Amino acid sequence: MSNSGYPAPSEWSAHISRRSLLKGSVAAAATVALGGGVLAACGDGGVALGSSSGALTIGSNASDAAPQAGLKAIVDAFMAQNSEISATINTLDHNTYQENITNILKAGEDDVLAWFAGFRNKFFADQGQLGDISDVWDSVSGLGEGFKTASTASDGKQYFMPTSYYTWAVNYNKDVFSEMGYTEPQTMDELKALAGRMQSDGITPFAFANDGKWPIMGTFDILNMRINGYDFHVDLMGGDESWTDARVKNVFTAWEELLPFHQEGANGRTWQEGAQALQDGTAGMHLLGTFEASHSEELADKMDFFNFPEIDSSVGASALDAPIDGFQMIADPSNPAAAKELLLFMSTKEAQNAYLSEDPSVVASSSEADTSTYNALQKKSAEFANAATGISQFLDRDTIPDFAGKCGDMFAEFIEDPSKVDGLLTDLEDQKVAIFDDFNS
Amino acid sequence: MTGRDRRVLVAMVGVPTFLHVSLIWVPAIFSLGLSFTKWNGFSLSRISWRGLKNYQQIFTVFEKDFYEAVLNNLWVLFFLFVIATPLGMFIAYLLDKNLRGTTIYQSLLYFPVVLSLAVVGFIWKSVIYSPRQGLLNTALGRTAEGNQIDWLGNSDFVIQLTENYGLSRNFLALIAPLIWQHVGYIMVLYLAGLKSVDPSMREAAGIDGATEWQAFRKVIAPSLRPVNVVIMVITVITGLRVFDIVDVLNNPTGTDVLSLLVTEATSGESSNLGRGSAYATILLALCFAFVVWYLRSTFKEEEA
Repeated sequence: MSNSGYPAPSEWSAHISRRSLLKGSVAAAATVALGGGVLAACGDGGVALGSSSGALTIGSNASDAAPQAGLKAIVDAFMAQNSEISATINTLDHNTYQENITNILKAGEDDVLAWFAGFRNKFFADQGQLGDISDVWDSVSGLGEGFKTASTASDGKQYFMPTSYYTWAVNYNKDVFSEMGYTEPQTMDELKALAGRMQSDGITPFAFANDGKWPIMGTFDILNMRINGYDFHVDLMGGDESWTDARVKNVFTAWEELLPFHQEGANGRTWQEGAQALQDGTAGMHLLGTFEASHSEELADKMDFFNFPEIDSSVGASALDAPIDGFQMIADPSNPAAAKELLLFMSTKEAQNAYLSEDPSVVASSSEADTSTYNALQKKSAEFANAATGISQFLDRDTIPDFAGKCGDMFAEFIEDPSKVDGLLTDLEDQKVAIFDDFNS
Repeated sequence: MTGRDRRVLVAMVGVPTFLHVSLIWVPAIFSLGLSFTKWNGFSLSRISWRGLKNYQQIFTVFEKDFYEAVLNNLWVLFFLFVIATPLGMFIAYLLDKNLRGTTIYQSLLYFPVVLSLAVVGFIWKSVIYSPRQGLLNTALGRTAEGNQIDWLGNSDFVIQLTENYGLSRNFLALIAPLIWQHVGYIMVLYLAGLKSVDPSMREAAGIDGATEWQAFRKVIAPSLRPVNVVIMVITVITGLRVFDIVDVLNNPTGTDVLSLLVTEATSGESSNLGRGSAYATILLALCFAFVVWYLRSTFKEEEA
């Protein structure tokens, strides 16, 4: 009920997904039971297109119309190439799927599962729940090193096949900008000056919405990457840096300075309400993923975005959040040869073109995919990601899920009363230590 | 008793008892056991004993979540007791007087109980409390940018007990739908009880010159003692195990309750079944203590 439209980057996040618990559990049980795996002859072990046969099932969280059609297009194209394989897609409600991913993995009915790159893929791989697809990666072309890193687990092997991604940036209303003569800011000072101008023009500079406690994680991510750099951000997410460190405090100080430029009362506002404010021009900018354009066609026409400007010249402004979606294989698939063949196919331009023809809100992971049909936002996203020197996956995909939830709580409390920041950070650090100790022991 | 009687009796008592024990007590005991372990729910070989560490963490590292949740449960209990339950009983008493259209009132008031949770969530979140287009802010003329009331997000305290604990505004906003639902439930229970009161007792009280309030207090309420016990127990349990509405409307901060801490720890990938079970065990102990205490004191009173 809270999210019309697009699967937001991280709707798995603790709070929003708990909401679907009651609604979804029955459907989940039913669908899991439906995906009966059929034993099939194994291939010869190598991975090449057109080499295997038999039945294959794919678990999918693509319950919204466009991504669902996109996946179907991939699978149809795959079966057209290899008529020996009959693949079926099990689609679950987006939140239900996230909520039940552990059970879906354990049930082992689906050979290939839709999932997220980075920590959340690594988490299952390290638990021994996923199948090694390093041999598939040997045959892959057109996927950059960044994608490979995001698909690699602790043992150095690959367990994920990225198919698409989207970027986070400062979305703005083009009409408002041209009408008022605003220009995209290049530096933090320019950003603040622009925000001040908007305020004197009676426009709220930044829409701010935090229902579900994940959207403003994007603000933290970008400030941390601009102030302390990509490597520090990765270490902080990995539990290797302290939240009571002065460098983390700097991020919150900078955030506090920007807060007066944001809409008040963000915690009770859905991102769609924020998008509405951006659309009708009461707010000029909104730091969110490009999926914001899916709020309405009107907003899609009006929306453009710019990179969050540089804060420290020694750090630069070339790191960003660009969550990668894709597929992974369970540890013990009923048809490993066909599963690997499908994963290989998914990395190809044929598969990605088929997907993008149905869902134009994301960007293909393959550098070989056809970009001629990209709309302006897609083109810009791709340029952004290609120019990035560090790509993170978004906070709730970059760290232990349990801990990401605690960060979400902390940020929500912080924006309500920034003066509490020291106590909040001390508590968060204590929780981090407990959660990471448990996780690693 | 014939053999057939006995078999019927065994079936009628045995089957429910078996279901109750196997579906409620066995899992409860398993969760008690799990609360002393660390387990992420994957394979049983990875389960490890950790003694009281989950509890120790709850009372130290995660203590703010925990005390806030316990306090919120107590607030729910408080408001159900002082507002929802008396109001439900009062309405039942009025509706028992065979007013014109009484069944319509009954249906309307009971409606919140039957509505699907998805609808309840939509009504309160999107229709009533939405800051931008919600009913409340529209009625109050507070929909303008910067002037909106953030009903579900603002966790400032209405009643502050200590620096970190109190009754937050947004939790108070969550209590409204809980009352809204509980009133209907209590009304139906109490109405059923009232129907069983012998009308001649009421008449007799009237003839003896008792006022309405005296008749209710001295004649009707005492004859409804069994219903009262049920209502009190239900109110306590509802207050302690409250989950659904809070889960649907809960978002930012200051609104956790115990049952949410359980699901937060056990659901999704973050599966920390040990800590979740420890929360569940604490919740079970609280419910148990309350109900045992209440029933004992009630029955003692009855015997006296």
